[in-house]
Amino acid sequence: MTAPTGAESGQVTWRDPKRYLWLIGLVVPLFPFISWGLVTFTGLGAFWWTGIVLLYVIFPVVDHLFGKDSANPPDKALTWLEQDRYYRWCIFLYLPLQYAGLVTGCWLLTHGGLGLPDRLGLTITLGGVAGIGINTAHELGHKKESVERWMSKIALAQTFYGHFFIEHNRGHHVRVATPEDPASARLGESFWRFLPRTVVGSLRNALHLEKARLNRRGRSPWTVHNDVLNAWAMSVVLFAALTVAFGPGILPYLAVQAVFGFCLLEVINYTEHYGLLRARTATGRYERCAPRHSWNSDNVATNVFLYHLQRHSDHHANPTRRYQALRHFEEAPELPTGYAGMIVLAYFPPLWRRTMDHRVLAHYDGDVTRANIQPSKSRAILTRYGKAEQAS
Amino acid sequence: MTRYVCPVCDFVYDEQAGVPREGFPAGTPWSAVPDDWCCPDCGVREKIDFEPAEAQTGTGTP
Repeated sequence: MTAPTGAESGQVTWRDPKRYLWLIGLVVPLFPFISWGLVTFTGLGAFWWTGIVLLYVIFPVVDHLFGKDSANPPDKALTWLEQDRYYRWCIFLYLPLQYAGLVTGCWLLTHGGLGLPDRLGLTITLGGVAGIGINTAHELGHKKESVERWMSKIALAQTFYGHFFIEHNRGHHVRVATPEDPASARLGESFWRFLPRTVVGSLRNALHLEKARLNRRGRSPWTVHNDVLNAWAMSVVLFAALTVAFGPGILPYLAVQAVFGFCLLEVINYTEHYGLLRARTATGRYERCAPRHSWNSDNVATNVFLYHLQRHSDHHANPTRRYQALRHFEEAPELPTGYAGMIVLAYFPPLWRRTMDHRVLAHYDGDVTRANIQPSKSRAILTRYGKAEQAS
Repeated sequence: MTRYVCPVCDFVYDEQAGVPREGFPAGTPWSAVPDDWCCPDCGVREKIDFEPAEAQTGTGTP
């Protein structure tokens, strides 16, 4: 693998410039409290929508203002950087804040005397925390330590997305940037077409993976040892407890925040591998996942909020590597802005395609046949990019 | 008994211990593990990419 920039130094005196910035990630689970504070301070109900305004407007702007950071930790520092437990606590603390926000939010929704638009705004704000919580769960779920895997499931309980922890690690990472992966978007596929495909396909794969694993052990899939079922059971317990505490009237809000949360995760998924394809080797296997198979962004603001998720190529090369040690690769394809801005574009397919399709084409040196193309648009796309003879 | 190590994440398959969680009880020979079985920790490498680690006593070195 190509040596990343900055890796040549490696003095023991190196200090991590982002060390304390990671605490900023904890601003996200504070969204409900920030909203509440702003509403109380200003008297304006519109501030219940703070979470969504921050995600879709403020973060993309801040991303532009702060620009990029491509610096990598020196190779010699990687081991201690990964072992420094401080970085784990920056992640762990997300969970108590996330659930404190959820309980506070449920109380406000049922006892806060809010009108419907305000309740909707607060529900969406809670969903934003839950959706970014899936990113926190993602970081935890890739780790080898069982306590972190358990925390991953807990973080996913709010969105009823416990199966993500199975399908992502053992499905998506195996099939990434191939037509078989429901979580890799195809060239010409709009986000709205991708969304049902990834939600249904990931669910199906997760169940299949656990069934196959339990079959090898001679067990039925209907057991508490099924990690999909026991993760969902956590959601059932959580939702039941909140219903007992706040009444059945809370359930529609819990459903809306969960759907909004996992749709937020899926729009991030959409941006990560759009149009990228691993070629087949002579033996018929897909080539190994390489830096060129993920879209990256070095926009520092979103990288801090998403725990370096945008250093996505290194994540796929080394999935168990901790976020603080992920590196930028010069050869990896780079998005025009951070994931925060890209997800807004993804909601508007014509804007997305105008921004991204030519970048996919350039990545493949103008040969569109090397991209992962949406089958229903294959003929139109091949014709447009001068490969009409291959449209069958 | 032989040990095989994942070249990405250093996960070790030890024939003596097997990986019971994955459905390979203690004593399952490497040859009985299907070729398309993926590393349970990183999901990046399949069985055929694993490397023998006979001489090692630790968890393998990168």
